[in-house]
Amino acid sequence: MTTIDTPRDTAKISVRDVRKTFPLRNEEFVALERVSLDIADNEFVTVVGPSGCGKSTLMNILAGLDEPTAGHAQVDGRDVAGPGPERGVIFQQYALFPWLTVRKNIEFGLKVAGLGKAERRARTDHFIRLVGLDQFADALPKMLSGGMKQRCAIARAYAVDPSILLMDEPFGALDALTRVTLQEQLLDTWSREKRTVLFITHDVDEAVFLSNRVVVMAARPGRIYDVVDVDLPYPRTEEVRLSPEFAALRNRVWTSVYHQTPGTAADASPTPSA
Amino acid sequence: MTTSTPSVARNGPDQGGGAAAGDAATTTAPAHRQSGRPAPRRRATDRRHRLRLLNALSIVGGIGIWWILALAGFQFPTPPEVVATGAELWRDGTLQQDVLASLGRVLTGFLLGSAVAVPVGFLMGWYTVARGLFEPWIQFFRTIPPLALLPLVLVLLGIGELPKVFVIFLAAFLACVISTYQGVVGVDRTLINAARVLGAKDGRIFVRVVIPASTPFILVGMRVGLGSAWATLVAAELLAAQAGLGYRMQQAQLYYDLATIFVGIIAIGILGLVMDRLLLLAETRLTGWQERR
Ligand SMILES: Nc1ncnc2c1ncn2[C@@H]1O[C@H](COP(=O)(O)OP(=O)(O)OP(=O)(O)O)[C@@H](O)[C@H]1O
Ligand SMILES: [Mg+2]
Repeated sequence: MTTIDTPRDTAKISVRDVRKTFPLRNEEFVALERVSLDIADNEFVTVVGPSGCGKSTLMNILAGLDEPTAGHAQVDGRDVAGPGPERGVIFQQYALFPWLTVRKNIEFGLKVAGLGKAERRARTDHFIRLVGLDQFADALPKMLSGGMKQRCAIARAYAVDPSILLMDEPFGALDALTRVTLQEQLLDTWSREKRTVLFITHDVDEAVFLSNRVVVMAARPGRIYDVVDVDLPYPRTEEVRLSPEFAALRNRVWTSVYHQTPGTAADASPTPSA
Repeated sequence: MTTSTPSVARNGPDQGGGAAAGDAATTTAPAHRQSGRPAPRRRATDRRHRLRLLNALSIVGGIGIWWILALAGFQFPTPPEVVATGAELWRDGTLQQDVLASLGRVLTGFLLGSAVAVPVGFLMGWYTVARGLFEPWIQFFRTIPPLALLPLVLVLLGIGELPKVFVIFLAAFLACVISTYQGVVGVDRTLINAARVLGAKDGRIFVRVVIPASTPFILVGMRVGLGSAWATLVAAELLAAQAGLGYRMQQAQLYYDLATIFVGIIAIGILGLVMDRLLLLAETRLTGWQERR
């Protein structure tokens, strides 16, 4: 997965006029309508929007689990054709294998990648510690709380070291404290190892705190409603979180999410009705 | 949709009642063990003890009623008579021989039936073509009691071991194949997607995700299949056999030997129960990862 460095800033992820419909009784339900989005290499983009606006659908398309009805989804300049280990995915429903222990769940991707036993073990241990599940390494998912399951899912995705992380409300089920810790850890790994991240969330604060750019979506049809650049410096410390600039951006995004005027789109004229 | 205990477990075949009680006992135990407080745990063990006591009382009482009826002039043999007959049949080796003959048939048929049912069920769940080809036949034969095929099978396959084993095979196969198929079709898409995004290809997904996820269904199918196989076997032996528990009872009927018939019935019941329990044990060990709600 190497890209030839052209002088032009080529996008790592590129979504072009994507439309996605699902059959709904006799008609079709428009889940995504003319969605276009470019994400640069190493960029951190968050997506917020009301429930049912197609966030997960967009992520599934980028993950290669679903195909757009029309338009193109490209990664590294190539059309997405199926999933690949360079794109790590964290699902909204934890999707842990219930018959495997925490350790074995995390090891799954490493086995697929063909890593040797010792290296597998070391990497797994590292990520178990990172998400604070040391005590539960050999527990089955049924013994974990929702937040612990989510942490295990995060470790499983991190372990294969993907260059792109697609995260669907990964911190949704966590308590405030764990959430902040994992947000900081995520930013920490992201700034050190530089990954491209697409991060879906319901939480406006989280969306602003983490990202370079917040994409606000609207529903019926699912579309991009607004894009807000976040020009706050990294590392995002508590100071940043409490700054007036942060508050201003937060208000801007909040208004975009909760006071949407129907029928408008950020990137184009009003969408033609289906 | 997460995997849960398949519904077939609740309304299983002949041994359904006993099996359901077993399920209840195995599910309550760990649930209470997890809670740290001693009080509910003690109450749970108390209740289990009471249950066991009632079980024992019920068995003793039932045998008592049987005894009284026998003495009151019914044509029953008394319990001691049955025990004596059983001991005698054991001493001259007839009982062992019959048990071995019956078990041999049922296990051969059951193992072959399950061994074929599991891959066929997987094929049906995984490939539309296989499903389209197999489904009408399975649905059709499912409505026919395997025993009803015995006359035909006897004509076609002769009177040796083959027809009986074949009918048992069919009984086990039909019960297991449907259950396996349902298990494969019901595998949570999210789990398959999770494996795919971790880089797994179809072969690995099949072995590492689809098979474990459908194991609960397969095991339930096997248990239903074993019950069905056992029922079919005994009936088949009643009709056509030279040895086996069913055959022995058939012979005893000719000589009006009720004690031997009782021995046969008790042996069939005990063996069926033991086999069912063994599979239940395998089930709890292999599918303990399931979340019970
Ligand atoms: N497989 C499907 N078949 C039919 N409709 C679907 C399917 N998947 C999604 N949809 C519909 O598409 C719309 C968008 O779904 P999606 O899951 O992408 O929403 P979301 O933005 O992730 O919502 P949430 O924030 O609640 O997770 C919903 O109205 C949903 O009903
Ligand atoms: Mg979603």
